[in-house]
Amino acid sequence: MDKPKKNFLSFQLDPAKFEPATEEEKAQQVQMRESVSYMKDAMRRLRKNKIAMVCLAIIIIIVLIAFIGPMIYPYTYSDTNTERQYLRPMQFSAAEQAARAAGEKVFPHILGTDALGRDYAIRVIYGTRISLAVGILAAIIVIIIGIIYGSISGYFGGKVDLIMMRIVDIIYSLPDVLIIILLSVAIRDMVRDSSSVIIMKLGAGMVSIFTVFGLLYWVGMARQVRGQILSIKEQEYVLASRAIGASPARIIRKHMIPNCVSVIIITAALQIPSAIFTESFLSFLGLGVTMPMPSLGSLASDARTGLISYPYLLLYPALSIFLIVLSFNLLGNGIRDAFDPKLRS
Amino acid sequence: MNSKFALYIVKRLLLAILTILIVVSITFFVMHAIPASPFSSEKAKSDATIAALEAKYGFDKPVGVQFLNYLKNICKLDFGLSTAWVGSTVFDLVKGGFAYSARIGFSAGILAIVVGIVLGSISALRRGKLADKIIQVITTALVSLPSFVAATLLLLVFVLKLGLLPSRATDPGGLLLPIVSLSLYPMAYITRLCRSSMLDVLGQDYVRTARAKGLKNGKIIFKHALRNALSPVITYAGPMMAYILTGSMVVENIFSVPGLGRLFVNSMLRTDYMMIMGVTIFLAFMIILMNFISDVLYKVVDPRIDLS
Repeated sequence: MDKPKKNFLSFQLDPAKFEPATEEEKAQQVQMRESVSYMKDAMRRLRKNKIAMVCLAIIIIIVLIAFIGPMIYPYTYSDTNTERQYLRPMQFSAAEQAARAAGEKVFPHILGTDALGRDYAIRVIYGTRISLAVGILAAIIVIIIGIIYGSISGYFGGKVDLIMMRIVDIIYSLPDVLIIILLSVAIRDMVRDSSSVIIMKLGAGMVSIFTVFGLLYWVGMARQVRGQILSIKEQEYVLASRAIGASPARIIRKHMIPNCVSVIIITAALQIPSAIFTESFLSFLGLGVTMPMPSLGSLASDARTGLISYPYLLLYPALSIFLIVLSFNLLGNGIRDAFDPKLRS
Repeated sequence: MNSKFALYIVKRLLLAILTILIVVSITFFVMHAIPASPFSSEKAKSDATIAALEAKYGFDKPVGVQFLNYLKNICKLDFGLSTAWVGSTVFDLVKGGFAYSARIGFSAGILAIVVGIVLGSISALRRGKLADKIIQVITTALVSLPSFVAATLLLLVFVLKLGLLPSRATDPGGLLLPIVSLSLYPMAYITRLCRSSMLDVLGQDYVRTARAKGLKNGKIIFKHALRNALSPVITYAGPMMAYILTGSMVVENIFSVPGLGRLFVNSMLRTDYMMIMGVTIFLAFMIILMNFISDVLYKVVDPRIDLS
C-alpha cells in the first residue's frame, strides 16, 4: 500500500504514524448495550418510580378484591334483613349468634351492616367495582374516539383541521358536569317506564355518563393527538428519515406512533380518576346507579342518615374512593414522568 | 398588537356567545325529548286540567315555536314559571338561591386563590425542605378527595361531634364550613400550579440577573417571580368557577344551604323542567362568562403569549 505523501508545512496528520487497531483494541471500543426500545425505556423508568409502583400494586389489589371478592363472599349486596340492621363491624345479629352457638359457621360481617341489614363489605366492594368499571370504560371510549378524531385532523391538516378543531373548541367550552346532569335527568325520566333490561340494570346515570364521555370527554385526547401528529410531521428527524429514503410506513411506525403513544397513555391515565370523580359525584346526587345497586357515591350519600351514630358507614366508601383516586392520580403522574421526561416538573 | 388583541377578544366573545346558544339549545331539546309532561306524574288530574296547564305554560305549541319563544324570553330574563314551587318564577327562585351561592362561591374562590398562592410560593421557595414536603403530601391528598367526602367529614367533626359550629346555614358562622369544603380542591390545585410555575420562573435568566444585581430576595419574589408565576393561576379561574358552581350542589345539600345548587338538586327530584332548564342555563352562563374573563385576563397579564 502506497503511503500518501505529506505536504510540507501542512497540518495534515502524518498517516505513517498510525497503525491499524488490533482486534483486542477494537473489542474495547464496542460497547455491548442492548438496543432499548421506547416502551422498554419508559417501563424501566416507571419501574424505578417507587410511588407509582406502590400505587399500581394498590390498584391491582383493589381490582382483584372488586372482581373476585363477590364470587367468594357469602352475602349479596341486595339481601335485606331486618334482624341485623346497623351491626358494628364483625358483630353478629341475635339469630346469627344463636346459629354460632349451635355450632354452625357464620361468616362475619367484616364491615358490619347498613340501615336495611345489608352486608356493608359487599356493598363497598360492588361500589368499588362500579367506580373502577366507569373509570376504565371511560378511558377506553376516550382513547378510541380521541385517537381517530385527532389523527384525522392532524393528518389532513388545512381546512379539515380548522373545522374539526373549531368543533373541538366549542365542545371543550361546554360545561360538562352540567350537561351530564341534564342528560341523566332526561334519560332517567325517559327510561322510567322503559323495558330495556340493560338500561334498567345500569341505571340512567350510568347510561348518561357513558353517553357524555362519548360525546364530550374525548376532546382533550383529540387535541393532544392532533398536536403531536402536527408537530411530528414538521420535525427534522422525520425529514431526515424521508431524505434517506424511509418509506411512509416506516415513518409512521417508527416516529408517529411512538411519539403519540406517550401522549395517549398519559392523557388516558389522567382521565380515569376524573371519570371516577364524576360518577361518584352523580351517584351522591342520586343520579347514578339504580337502587339497590350500590356505588361509592350513593353509599356515602346514604351514610348521612345516622351519621352521628354510625360514622364508619361513611368512612369505608370515602376511604375506598380516596384510595382509588389517589392511586390513579399518582400512577398517572408516574406514567407521565416515565413516558415524557420533558414534562417532569 | 392592539388590533390583534381586539380581534382576539372579538373571536373569543363570539365563541362564548355560540357556546351559550349551544347550551341553551341542548338544554331545551333534551328537556323536550322527555315524553312525559311535567304534569302527567301528578295524581287526580283530568285530561282537561292537564291540557289547560299545558296551554298556560305554552307546552301545546310546536317545539320550534316554543324554542324561539324560550330564547326570546331568556333575553328578557324570563325563564318561565316553576311547576314545583307554584306561584314563583324561575328567575326569582334562581335569584334567591344565587344570593347564597354567590356568597359561598366567591368566598371559596378567594380563599382558594389566596391560600393556594401563599402555600404554593412557600413550597417553591422551600423546595425539598420539610415545609415543601408537607404541603405536597397534603395537596396530593386533597385533589384525590371528592367534595362530598370532604364536606361530610367536616360536618361530622366540627358540627356533629365537636359542636363548634352551627348546623344551620343561616346562623352566624354557618357558611364557614360550606366555604372551606368548597375551597379545598381548588386550593390544592392552585398550590400545585403556583409551585410548579414559580419553580419554573425562579430558574429563569432574568431572576438570576436580578439576583446578580444584588436585588433583595423579597423584591425578587414579589416583583419578578410571583408576578410571572401567576398567569397559570389566572387560566385556572374559569375551571375553578365551574368546579365551585357544580360542587355547590353537593355542599349545599350536605349543609342545607338554601342556595342555587340545592335548588337545582331539588328541582331534579321534583322534575320541575322549567327550573332545571333555567338553572342549567344560568350556571352555564356564569361558567362561560368566567372562562371568557380568565382567558382575556391571561393575555393581558402575559402579552408574550401568542394570540393566534
